[in-house]
This record gives sequence, structure tokens and C-alpha cells, in this order.
Amino acid sequence: MYDIIVIGGGPAGMTAAIYARRATKSVLVLEALTCGGQIINTPDIENYPVEAHISGFDFSNRVYEQAKGLGAEFAFEKAVDIKDEGSVKTVVTTKGSYQAKAVIIATGSENRKLGLEDEQRLTGRGVSYCATCDGNFYRNKVVAVVGGGNTALEDAQYLAGLAKQVYLIHRRDSFRGEETNAERLKACENVEIVYNSNVTRLISEKRLKAIEVTNKLTGEVRTIELNGLFVAIGRVPENMNFASVAELDEAGYIVAGEDCHTKTEGVFVAGDNRTKALRQLVTATADGAMAATEAVKYLNNMSL
Amino acid sequence: MAVITINSNNFKTEVLESKVPVLADFNATWCGPCRSMKPMLDQLAEENKGYKIVSIDVDDNSELAEEYDVSSIPCLVVFRDGEEVNRSVGLIPKDMINALVEG
Repeated sequence: MYDIIVIGGGPAGMTAAIYARRATKSVLVLEALTCGGQIINTPDIENYPVEAHISGFDFSNRVYEQAKGLGAEFAFEKAVDIKDEGSVKTVVTTKGSYQAKAVIIATGSENRKLGLEDEQRLTGRGVSYCATCDGNFYRNKVVAVVGGGNTALEDAQYLAGLAKQVYLIHRRDSFRGEETNAERLKACENVEIVYNSNVTRLISEKRLKAIEVTNKLTGEVRTIELNGLFVAIGRVPENMNFASVAELDEAGYIVAGEDCHTKTEGVFVAGDNRTKALRQLVTATADGAMAATEAVKYLNNMSL
Repeated sequence: MAVITINSNNFKTEVLESKVPVLADFNATWCGPCRSMKPMLDQLAEENKGYKIVSIDVDDNSELAEEYDVSSIPCLVVFRDGEEVNRSVGLIPKDMINALVEG
């Protein structure tokens, strides 16, 4: 039996483990893949205090070493359920189950898919969710970016520096992303913005060859031949397994305030999978600290 | 056995002419998920499974990346008798990596 089980080994989860260990509680971190979470995809972090530049991979490794050095235990298993038995919670994984007095859910989020036929098969064969990872493979080629947020705008701009031609497919006629990002993009000669449109079909043989784009207002269907499609339509929280112990909003985020409490006593939430205004590395680590502190408080009250 | 680093000179002998199945890891130094997967591949190599693991840096071997149509990394490709028989794109856990070869 652990004092605290943290589900998810990203920045929020590992920071929670650090705080919990410093409060001398026993901690198990359950991680489905490898520690780090989505930040490992970021080649250069420039907005986290202290370091002007650090790669997401190095950042993750250092936080992992820090948590481990303080005595946090790690198991690489995917948590699929939390059973609330009052003062004891059982976390069921794909390999077994573990018990703790308190649980912190820090599962983050994953890329939202287009939901089109063949999307899975074409991932890595023309369909990508990470422009900075895969952009290099599309030097002097034709690519499209789908989305209208900052990620889509930044991806399109990054790709404009590599690719011959970039299409930006956006379902509205204005951008959610920052104005400066949008203006910079409009100034790029090799970028065409396709407004009010959705990607409605992936056309492929062995790999992606073209996309079908449908204008929402006119119904007009256009085929764009290309080599690569970068999907940047946001992220989806990974909370579905925990709906029995935590209330989810309509987008799937766990409803909780700054104190990171869920509707179940002893179950807390930290990081990108919580309802919040800003999802950044620094707010994820802040959540980790808060959730762990609240969990420690809960444990200490329990033993009174 | 350690992971073998591939260049244009040894690809044919180490991969295409290998007597045992080959798990080829297409990666790059700047790719975070690739670096995350490396320790798992090192462990699998040390465990001396019935297959060989090779590392192919896509920046140093862009012609190989192109030939095998690698356009997202990390990309794991399994070769048997010189032919591609399986492939996986993106970071996956160790047991899934092993299952790509052993099924």
C-alpha cells in the first residue's frame, strides 16, 4: 500500500511525486509509456524559468532523476481504472493493480485525430501530428496544416521555411491563435490559407497523395495534391477511464479548481487534463505541487 | 549484444543480408521521443532476443530514410530476409517493441 499513487509521469505527475516525497509520503508513479509526457516532443523550451533553452527530453530526464533521487517509485503500466473504497483506492493497470490512500490523476492529453478513414494507417506515411518532429522530411515538398489555433499557425510558419508550398486548412474565417502569428503567416509567399473548410477525405495509395477539402459555406469540394498533412486541431484529455471518480466536462476535462480536488475525497487531478485557462509546462508543474500538497493534507487528516 | 549503428556501408550486410530478423530504429538526435525510446532498445538488445537491433540516424542516412519511406520518427521497421515485414511509428512501450518482431 502506497500513500499516494500518481497516474501519469509527465511534468505534473513527476512534480507531484517530488512534493509528496519531500513530505515523506511513499509514492508510486504509473506511466504508460516513458516519463516526460508530451513535452518530450518539444525540441526547445524557452519559457520555463531559470533555463533560457532546454530540450523537452532533457527537461523530462532531469525531473525524473530528481523524483527518483527523492525516492519516488516508477512502474511503466497504463492505469485503466480507479476503484474508490473510501480510505483505500485501488488503481487497476493493464498488468495488475496497486493500492494507495490517495490518487493524483495527471494523465495529460493526446493529439486530437481528424477521425477520417485510413488516418491511422497513414500516420507516418504522410499524416503527422508534429511539425517540428517531421517537418524535415518535407523539404521542398507540398504540405498542408489543419487547424486554427496557435499550434497550427506556428506549424504552418515553421513548415513554410522548409516546404515548397504550405496550405493551411481552417474551418472558420478568423483565427483563434495570436494575431501576430496569423499576420506573419499571411505575409508568407508560399502559404495559402483555405478558410471555412474541413478536410473530408484522405486520398492515398501506399502513402498519402492528396486530400479532399470541403468548403462549409459553399459546399464546394476541392482536391489538393500533397506529400504531407500536419494535423494541429488540438488535444483531447485522457480521462475517460476515470469518469466514475471524477466529474468530466463536455470536452472530457476533469472539473476541478486551483486546489485540484475532484468530486471524490482523496482523488486529485493535476496538469493538462484539468479544467483550466492556461495549459503550459509551468502551469502543469504548479498543479503537481498543489495536488500533492492537498493529498498530503488529506493523508495527515486521515491519520488524526 | 549492443545496438549496431548503421551507415551506408554496413546497411546491406547488417540488415538486408542478416540471418536473423532485424529491428531497425530510424531516429534522430533532435527527436525527443526517439531519445526516450533508446534505453528500451538498448535493454532489448542486451537481453539477446533472437533478433538484431540497429540504429539508423535519418540525418546521416537520408537516402535510407527516403528508400524506406520514413517520414515520421521514431519509426521502427522489422526486416526478415531483407524484406520489410512490420512497421510502427511513434513512441511505444518496450513490450510492444518486442512484439513487433516476436508477434
